[in-house]
Amino acid sequence: MIKESKSRRIFNRFNYLFLSLMGLIMLLPFLHVLAGSFSSGNAIMQGKVTIFPVEFTLLNFQAVLSDIAIWKSFGVSVFVTVFGTIINLLLTSLMAYGLSKPNLKGRPFLILFVLFTMIFQAPLIPSYLIVKELGMLNSLWSIMIPNAISAFNLIIMISFFQRVPKDLLESARIDGCGEYRTWWSVVLPLSMPAMTTVGLFYAVGHWNGYFNSLMFIRDPNLFPLQVKLRKLLVESDAEAMMQSVELTLSSIEGIKMASIMLATIPILLIYPFIQKHFTQGAMLGSIKE
Amino acid sequence: MTNIQERRTKPIITSKEIPLEHPNVKMKAISKKKNYFIKHWPLYSMILPGVLYFLIFKYVPLAGSVIAFQDYNLFKGIFESEFVGFKHFENLFTYPEFSQIFNNTLLISFYQLLFGFPAPIILALLLNEVRKMVFKKTVQTLLYLPHFLSWVIVGGLVINILSPSTGVINEIIRSLGGKEIFFMQEPDYFRSIVVGSGIWKSVGWNTIIYMAALAGINPQLYEAAEVDGAGKFRQAWSITIPLLLPTIMVLLLLQIGHILDLGFEQIYMLLNPLVTETGEVFDTYIYRVGLVGGQFSYTTAIGLFKSVIGLILVVGANKLSKKMTGNSIY
Repeated sequence: MIKESKSRRIFNRFNYLFLSLMGLIMLLPFLHVLAGSFSSGNAIMQGKVTIFPVEFTLLNFQAVLSDIAIWKSFGVSVFVTVFGTIINLLLTSLMAYGLSKPNLKGRPFLILFVLFTMIFQAPLIPSYLIVKELGMLNSLWSIMIPNAISAFNLIIMISFFQRVPKDLLESARIDGCGEYRTWWSVVLPLSMPAMTTVGLFYAVGHWNGYFNSLMFIRDPNLFPLQVKLRKLLVESDAEAMMQSVELTLSSIEGIKMASIMLATIPILLIYPFIQKHFTQGAMLGSIKE
Repeated sequence: MTNIQERRTKPIITSKEIPLEHPNVKMKAISKKKNYFIKHWPLYSMILPGVLYFLIFKYVPLAGSVIAFQDYNLFKGIFESEFVGFKHFENLFTYPEFSQIFNNTLLISFYQLLFGFPAPIILALLLNEVRKMVFKKTVQTLLYLPHFLSWVIVGGLVINILSPSTGVINEIIRSLGGKEIFFMQEPDYFRSIVVGSGIWKSVGWNTIIYMAALAGINPQLYEAAEVDGAGKFRQAWSITIPLLLPTIMVLLLLQIGHILDLGFEQIYMLLNPLVTETGEVFDTYIYRVGLVGGQFSYTTAIGLFKSVIGLILVVGANKLSKKMTGNSIY
């Protein structure tokens, strides 16, 4: 390596400084809210909380966790994420397998049929009316089915399936495998990285999304976590919670912070795993260009 | 795959085929086509659920957009409701509300393009200069994190940090002797908050695609430039930027196509009645007035307007980009 010039050294120093700062900006809001969620109401109100808890208390978490509605919502979100993702992967991979055959008659038309939905979106109201007509309102189907296949994920999967070696498909055929058997026992196992990536795309979408539930779900027993959390944060659900615990140490702000942290923890727990696959996925999308 | 290829190259001699001496040639052609589908029915049956999905949830609503030309009545339904022609589209341009939300949408989108689009490019270029792998990985891990949080959580964080009584920012303002600012209630701050929180959430994630493109640049180009005496900035300008241009153009085109979609979840989370004059955008308006308020036809007209503009923009920008830079998305 050539000896670095002086200006280069200065640039490097600033660069490291700047990037560290960026990293901190991403982290600090969490640390602050985490600290707040373990602090007493007084300490929060007086602005004493920075990134360390002041007057440590568990009452905020106690208040949130003693609310049965939160647990119900958590259950709904887990259900929708697991089953929704299974439906997504099944339908997407089946369609992608069929469309990964380059000589299939009608393939160009079908690809266009899918791509068109990406550049020209149907308006919201007719999409809502269809879900209503199908009788899905107020059921968890309305969250899972209307987003069963994402055109973007479908394209990623097609391009991945096309990279499965043709020899393997050929030998599967010679061994008497039908298309379904080949899909399930040859292509899917060979495409685990793509399945994981796309699966995670879908799963994070289910866990984080709230628009569909906001539109389609009226029954409070079926609210997913994000809808419930939203009610807590911007409507007055947090005040109602206050009634149930001693008012001295918990506070509305504290309860809000505790619920933010509770909704974040599941994501943080799987984050190291997600990060690896997501980065691959984001690049998969770029390869097809 | 091989099945199909074989069919094309080899003469067909399977017993299931129609005998060659069949007298009716036309008949034979039809049966041949039919046979193709019969032979490959497993493949088509795999595609079918997906096709049905797109038909029912994407194309039927598109056809259902005719209610934009009707006075749609929930009880009469789509076939009985009265046709009114372009009435709702004319209303778009006469309702003062419409020009306001159109304005808000365009402004927020414009600021997102101006500040949000170049941010990940600059960040990726800076990250690319880092040689210490541990440092790079750590920073990247932190940068990607907000992408995985829902808008409810990020909105909650934003509201918390900007809160006038307990928020950190106002704490700092107070300690500097200033008076607290009610950020979430001031229409003037809303757009900045939307653009800022959007950048915070996605800037790190959006670097990935640029990092991938940067990793693909041949290091010999830089070595050659070094020998020729080009400094780091000259190298960035003459090698890195031109080689990144295709990626930049494709992403720019995609974003231009979505200029009127601002992402309902973010704005709706941050929006409150005090800031609608600067914060109400198409998506939230369609939800609030259309879905909740029941003005189905009028808001479907808005939705159609939005989709058509999006289509025109993406096709136009694509053409322009093809002419100017040779890059396009199709």
